[in-house]
Amino acid sequence: MDEDCPLLSLEHITKDFDGTVVLSDVSFKLCKGEILGLVGENGAGKTTLMRILFGMPVIAETGGFQGRCCIDGESVDFKSPFDALDAGIGMVHQEFSLISAFTTAENILLNRECTHPSFLNEVFGDRMSVLDRDAIRERAERSIEKLGVKLDPDMLVSEMPVGHKQFTEIAREINRDGIRVLVLDEPTAVLTESEAEVLLSGMRSLADQGISIIFISHRLHEVLEVADRIVVLRDGKLVKDVSAKGVTVKEVSAWMVGRDVEAKRASGAHREFGPEFLRLDKLWVDMPGERVNEVSISVRKGEIFGIGGLAGQGKLGIPNGVMGLQLAGGEALLDGQAIPLNDPRAALSMGMAFVSEDRRGVGLLLDESLDWNIAFTAMQIQDRYLKPFLGSRFLRFRDDRGMRELAQEYVDALEIKCTGVRQRAKELSGGNQQKVCLAKAFAIKPKLLFVSEPTRGIDVGAKRLVLDALLKYNRENGMTIVMISSELEELRSICDRIAIVDEGRVAGILPPEAHLEDFGLLMSGRGATEEARVANA
Amino acid sequence: MRNGNGKDKDGFKGAVRSFVASFGWPRIIIALFIVALFFLAPAAKVEIPSALSDVLNRFGMNAVLVLAMVPMVQSGCGLNFGLPIGVIAGLLGSTLAIQVVSVGPLVGIFKPGLPVFILAIILAMPFAALFGWAYGKLLNRVKGDEMIIATYVGWAAVSFMSIMWLILPYSAPTMIWAYKGYQLRSTIAVAGFYDKVLSSFLAIRIGDFVFPTGMILFVALMCLVVWLFFRTKAGTAMTAVGSNPDYARASGVDASRARILSVVASCMLGAVGIIVYQQSYGFIQVYNGPLMAAFPAVAALLIGGASVNKASIVNVVVGTLLYQGMITMTPKVINSLLQSDMAEVLRIIIANGMILYALTRKSKVAR
Repeated sequence: MDEDCPLLSLEHITKDFDGTVVLSDVSFKLCKGEILGLVGENGAGKTTLMRILFGMPVIAETGGFQGRCCIDGESVDFKSPFDALDAGIGMVHQEFSLISAFTTAENILLNRECTHPSFLNEVFGDRMSVLDRDAIRERAERSIEKLGVKLDPDMLVSEMPVGHKQFTEIAREINRDGIRVLVLDEPTAVLTESEAEVLLSGMRSLADQGISIIFISHRLHEVLEVADRIVVLRDGKLVKDVSAKGVTVKEVSAWMVGRDVEAKRASGAHREFGPEFLRLDKLWVDMPGERVNEVSISVRKGEIFGIGGLAGQGKLGIPNGVMGLQLAGGEALLDGQAIPLNDPRAALSMGMAFVSEDRRGVGLLLDESLDWNIAFTAMQIQDRYLKPFLGSRFLRFRDDRGMRELAQEYVDALEIKCTGVRQRAKELSGGNQQKVCLAKAFAIKPKLLFVSEPTRGIDVGAKRLVLDALLKYNRENGMTIVMISSELEELRSICDRIAIVDEGRVAGILPPEAHLEDFGLLMSGRGATEEARVANA
Repeated sequence: MRNGNGKDKDGFKGAVRSFVASFGWPRIIIALFIVALFFLAPAAKVEIPSALSDVLNRFGMNAVLVLAMVPMVQSGCGLNFGLPIGVIAGLLGSTLAIQVVSVGPLVGIFKPGLPVFILAIILAMPFAALFGWAYGKLLNRVKGDEMIIATYVGWAAVSFMSIMWLILPYSAPTMIWAYKGYQLRSTIAVAGFYDKVLSSFLAIRIGDFVFPTGMILFVALMCLVVWLFFRTKAGTAMTAVGSNPDYARASGVDASRARILSVVASCMLGAVGIIVYQQSYGFIQVYNGPLMAAFPAVAALLIGGASVNKASIVNVVVGTLLYQGMITMTPKVINSLLQSDMAEVLRIIIANGMILYALTRKSKVAR
C-alpha cells in the first residue's frame, strides 16, 4: 500500500444538522486496494460521512458541509450520487434497492444493458434498441465471478435468499466501468455466518484486484478479519485511525463506546430487591426491524433493569411484545401470573405501563390537549375520571376537571413546559413531549414500567430530568422499571443490571460497573460466551 | 369595548382577527353572501318572512342528517358518504311503521301523530344497528380508503334496496301502487301518520313566518345526545381512535370496535334524520331517494368548518344553517331576478363546489 498516493482522502469534514454537530473535523485517507473498516456506535456519524462522500442531496439541503473530499489528489464536489458514480464510487446500502420481479443478471446490468440496434432506432432513437440477453448474462456472470460467489444469473430476486440479494447488490456495483471505491454499509448484517465468510473472501479478492473498500459493520471480528486499517468514529469525532494488525476486538469496542468521563452512578451502591417480579421465558416477538428470537430474562421487584444493544437487534421488540403491541409468543409472567400476550388491554390492566420509543406515532395524541394525553389511559383502563350521571353505574361522563387536575399535578411534578394543560401536545418540544408520555404512564400507577428509548432526540438537560424522574419513581414508589436504550451510558447511569440483546437473543447480562469492553464485546456478537450466560442464570 | 384608546383598538382588532381565524373566512363570506341575498330579496319580490321560515325548516329537516356525519369523522372513518345506508334503515323503519299501524297487528293501537313517528324510529334502530355493524366491518378492512369505498357501498345499497322495495310484501294501501295492488310507490305520503308532528308542535306563527319549534327542539335534543355520548368513556375512546389509532391501541382501546361503534351511531342518526326529514317534507322517498342524502350533508358539515377528521356540534349547526340558507335563498332570488328556473342546477353546483373546496383544503393531521 503506497502511503504517498491516496486514492481517496477526506479532509477536515465537519457537518451539523441545525446546530447539532454530527461530524467534526474528520480526516482520513484510503489507498488503492485497501480495505478500510469504519466502525462506531449508532449515531456516531458513519452514515452521514458516507452520504457526504456520495453527494447525497440531503447533505446540500441541510446546509452542506465543511472540509473537502479529494480523489487522486484533486478536490471533488459531488452534486448528486450520479457524480459519485461517474467518479468510480459505488455504494451498497443497508436496505436493498433491487427490482424483485427481475432476474439477477437484469438487476446487475439495470440501465447499463447491452443492446442491439433495431430498425425502430431510426425513428425513435436508442431507447428502442433490443436487449441482447446473452451479452447481459455473460457480463453479469463476469462480475459475479469477480466477487467470487455463486449466483444463478437467471434467478428472480423475489425468490432469492437475503444473502444472494446482498451479493447481487455488490455485483451490480462492481459491474460498473471504472469502479474504484466501494462502500459497503453493514453488508453482513443480513447474512448467515457462512454467507458472511463468502462475502469477506469476495471483498479480499476485490481488493486484490485494486478496488478500495470502505467496510462499515457492527460485527467487529469481521472488520478485524478483513480490514487493513480501522477508523473509529465516536460522537462525530475520529478517535482512532490505526492499522488493523494486532488490534483486538476488545480494544476496538472500548474505543467505540468509551467516553472520556465515566458514567456517574447514582447513590445507593448496595440495593436490596424483592423476589422475582417479571419473568420472560422464550419470548419471541415479530416486530418489523426489531425481531426478538428467544429471550428469557428475570427482573426482580424494585429493580431498574436495562436492556441495551445495537439498533435492529431486537431490544425494542421486547417491551412491544410484552405489552401486546406486536405479535409475540412464548411465556411472560408478572408476579407469578401469566401475562396474556397480544392483548394491550390485559397487559395494562395487570399493572404494567409502557412509554413507547415511537413518541409521536404511538405515545401521544398530537392533536389533543395535555390533559387528554395524560389521563386517557387511566380512564380507559381503570375507569377513573368518569363521573356517574344521576348516580347511575352505566351512564358515566368524562370528568374534565379531574383530568385537568391530574395533568396539572404532573405538569408541576415533571416540570413540563407548556402554556397550560389545555395546550395541544404537538406544540411542545421533544423533551416535554417525552415527559407527557412518562406522565401518562405514571398516571395509571403501574407496578412495572417499560420505558423505551426515553431520551431519544431530546437535549441534554431534558435527558437528565427524564432519568431523574425515573429514578425518583423507582426509589420512592418502588416501581420496577425495565429501561430499553441504545445509549449505554444512560443505562449504566441508572440501571442495576444491563442485558445486551444481539440478534434477537440476550447476549449477556452485566452489572453497570462492568468494563466498557465487555459491553462492546456483547454488542458486537462476540461476547455471548457460556460463562456470561451461566453467571446470570 | 370599554373605551377608544389605542390599546383597546388593538385589542378590538385582535379580537376580530382571532374571531376570523376561529370562525374561518369561508363561513364569514358565505354568511355575508346570505345576508346580501336577504337585502336583495325585496327587489326580487321574495317575501322575507316566508324565506326565513323556509331556511329554518330546511335547517331542521337536514340537521340530524348532518349530525350523522360526526361520529364517523371523529373516529377517523372520514366523511360518511355511505349515509344512504342509515337512510335506508330509516326508510325500513318508517314504511314498516305505516304497514303495521294501517294493516298490521298494531291497527288502532298507535294513534296518528307522535306515536307512529316514535314507532318508526324504534323500528328503524335494529336495521340501523345491523347495517352499521356490517358496514363498519367492511370499512375496517379498507382503512385509509373509507370515503371512496363508502360512496360505492352507499350506491350499491340503494340499488339493492330498489329491488327489495319491489319484492317486500308491503300491503298498506297508502304505500302501494293503487293500480297494481302491490309494490311500493316511489313517494309515499306520511299524511295521516306523522306528517309535521314535530314541525307543527308548539310552532310559532307571526304572519307568514313560522318557527318550527318542535323540530328545532328535537334537533337540539339529538345534538345533546351526541354531545353527551362524546363525553362518555366510549365516546372519548372514539375521539382518541380518530386522533391517533396507535395511541388508542397502546392505551388498551380496541380501535376496530370503536370504529364499528361510530359507524353504527352514524347509521342510527342517519335513520332518525331521514324520519325527521319525512315528517317535515310530508313524503317518504324510496328507490333512488337515499342516493341524494350524502352529498348535501357532507357539504353542510364541511362548510361548517369540520375537517375530514375533526367535527363538532358547532360545525353541524353553523354548517347546516349556512348551507341550507344558501341553497334556499340563492335559487329564490336568482330565479326571480333572471326570470328562469335553475334552482336544481344551482343547488348541485353549490353542493359539489363546497365539497370540492373543503376536500382540497383539508388540514393534514400531524402524526
